[in-house]
Amino acid sequence: MLRRLLGTDGPLLVPAIVIALVLGALASAFAAVAGWFDPGRLTPARMVDALGRRGGDPVGHRRNHAKGVCFTGSFAANGAGTDLSTAPMLAAGRYPVTGRFAIATGNPLAADGSARVRSMAVRIVAPDGQEWRSGMNTSPVFAVATPAAFFAMVQAAMIDPATGKPDPQAMPAFIATHPETGAFLAWARSAPWTASYADQAYYGLNAFILTDARGTGRPVRWSMRPETAAAAVAPDTIGADVLAGDLAERLARGPLRWTMVMTLGQPDDPTDDATRPWPAGRREVVVGTLVVDAAQDEAHGPCRDVNFDPTILPDGIALSDDPLLAARSASYATSFDRRIAEQVRR
Amino acid sequence: MSRRSFTAAQKLLHWSMAVAIIAMLFIGVGMVATLAPIHADLVALHRPLGVVILVLALIRLGLRLRRGAPPLPADLPWWQTLSARGSHVLLYALMIAMPLVGWGMLSAGGYPIVLHGAWQLPPILPQSNLLQVILRQSHRWLGLVFFAVILLHIAAALFHGLSRRDGVFSSMVRGR
Ligand code: HEM
Ligand code: HEM
Ligand code: HEM
Repeated sequence: MLRRLLGTDGPLLVPAIVIALVLGALASAFAAVAGWFDPGRLTPARMVDALGRRGGDPVGHRRNHAKGVCFTGSFAANGAGTDLSTAPMLAAGRYPVTGRFAIATGNPLAADGSARVRSMAVRIVAPDGQEWRSGMNTSPVFAVATPAAFFAMVQAAMIDPATGKPDPQAMPAFIATHPETGAFLAWARSAPWTASYADQAYYGLNAFILTDARGTGRPVRWSMRPETAAAAVAPDTIGADVLAGDLAERLARGPLRWTMVMTLGQPDDPTDDATRPWPAGRREVVVGTLVVDAAQDEAHGPCRDVNFDPTILPDGIALSDDPLLAARSASYATSFDRRIAEQVRR
Repeated sequence: MSRRSFTAAQKLLHWSMAVAIIAMLFIGVGMVATLAPIHADLVALHRPLGVVILVLALIRLGLRLRRGAPPLPADLPWWQTLSARGSHVLLYALMIAMPLVGWGMLSAGGYPIVLHGAWQLPPILPQSNLLQVILRQSHRWLGLVFFAVILLHIAAALFHGLSRRDGVFSSMVRGR
């Protein structure tokens, strides 16, 4: 009966066993690689879930740096970077930029004074279509060195549904067990607060590798240094929604500028640990000026549907061994996919 | 067309693409499930390898239409003949659709489509949130369908080779 149905006169048992073994092996290997046997694995989905549970309603918004404002402008390269890297947007010239300023929060309605860290993201486009995307923060070092530590920090900031607040013990406990946060916390305590995006320096934090025309690679960390002098204010005087308005006001008077600086690392400088600053006195090369011309509301602005994934790089700039970079790329893609889907459903 | 075997070029394409496609499915599900540094390497491999598969699939389809395939055994039960034909059409469709959907979803998402270094592909769709969502979901679900169809295809191939021993398996393995 079975033989008739299958149309075979040959053996059945051995083929059945072989087929079951081959299919079983392939299917289990697939499930293992996909993480289906391993619910404890730290995946982009779990990271982004946690980021989205730090207060407010992030649906339709970025799961981190959720509150921000778009800008447009250009990057005026002075050509000094061409000795270091073949990136086309480092050749002297002007390249269009789409960007975004934000505060580092999970809540799109957070008060501007509630976030210690602010950020600038840029997308610089070369004439041949190559892109350089970068997200930079106002702290000169990052709080943690690894994705696992970042996840632990995010978990410590997660809202407990029972109280509507994070567990008050969680962040102190995290800090006590993560001494690498020291340099960041020292900055957070001592750096002046200001009431503007315009007067802040922004640091790329992660190391990258610049590759020149001869194929020589050099470790680098880059930063944007403001032309506008910083005006310190007391943190509790910063209004809930002042930053976007301040930006618009300043831009009504004229463009804002930042100098882009490449800080070149020496062979012993850490490239895999964004919590450790490089020693002072490292060679710095000014490669150009970022000119911000106009700002747009995020809800309809040109930055809304951009993923400022820091691993989107032109030829001539490559990833370093910093483990945060791949984790950022994977998490930003997941956050992007979710918020774009949420936008469509609106 | 009553050859007993596929042409050498068809066999070479079949087996090299089988390895590449199975690798791509593992790379795909692996890279979206990890934050480890290998994520970046896998993504950088996934795009160019996917595009190579697209090119090979089009060449292979051309060969299949021109050179045909050896006939299936006449005594094969009707439902197996039907499944064989249907699944082969489906496999061809997926070999071409998967890379196109990947390329399209990056286009719709406003990403540069980097193959290697300064080599990029142009977008094949305008930036669009709706298309991005549809294609991103399709890339995931078509990937799972692809894997399931490949498993059934392997089961059928082994059944031909080990139980029926009707020359179907060797038509893709042995020289003519
Ligand atoms: C493993 C560590 C990190 C994770 C998991 C993470 C996660 C995220 C996520 C999910 C977003 C939202 C992305 C989107 O929806 O487009 C985001 C935004 C951002 N992150 Fe991170 N981040 C990490 C480390 C860093 C570091 C080291 C920096 C600074 C160099 C940074 C700077 C930024 C900036 C500037 C944005 C806002 C980009 C924009 O305006 O669109 N992040 N982060
Ligand atoms: C035969 C060809 C291909 C196969 C079998 C394949 C398979 C896969 C699979 C299984 C996934 C995981 C989906 C998920 O679970 O979410 C994936 C993700 C992805 N694929 Fe492909 N793919 C192919 C071609 C391409 C091509 C040509 C591109 C782009 C040019 C591409 C871009 C991507 C991207 C960007 C992701 C998601 C990465 C992320 O979200 O982090 N794929 N692919
Ligand atoms: C990614 C994996 C695979 C794909 C996409 C695939 C696709 C195909 C397609 C489309 C055909 C129809 C003939 C043609 O025009 O090329 C075919 C035939 C065949 N495949 Fe595969 N294949 C895969 C893997 C395998 C594996 C792993 C085996 C062996 C266990 C196998 C064994 C065969 C055999 C024996 C034939 C000949 C069937 C006939 O005579 O009609 N294939 N394959």
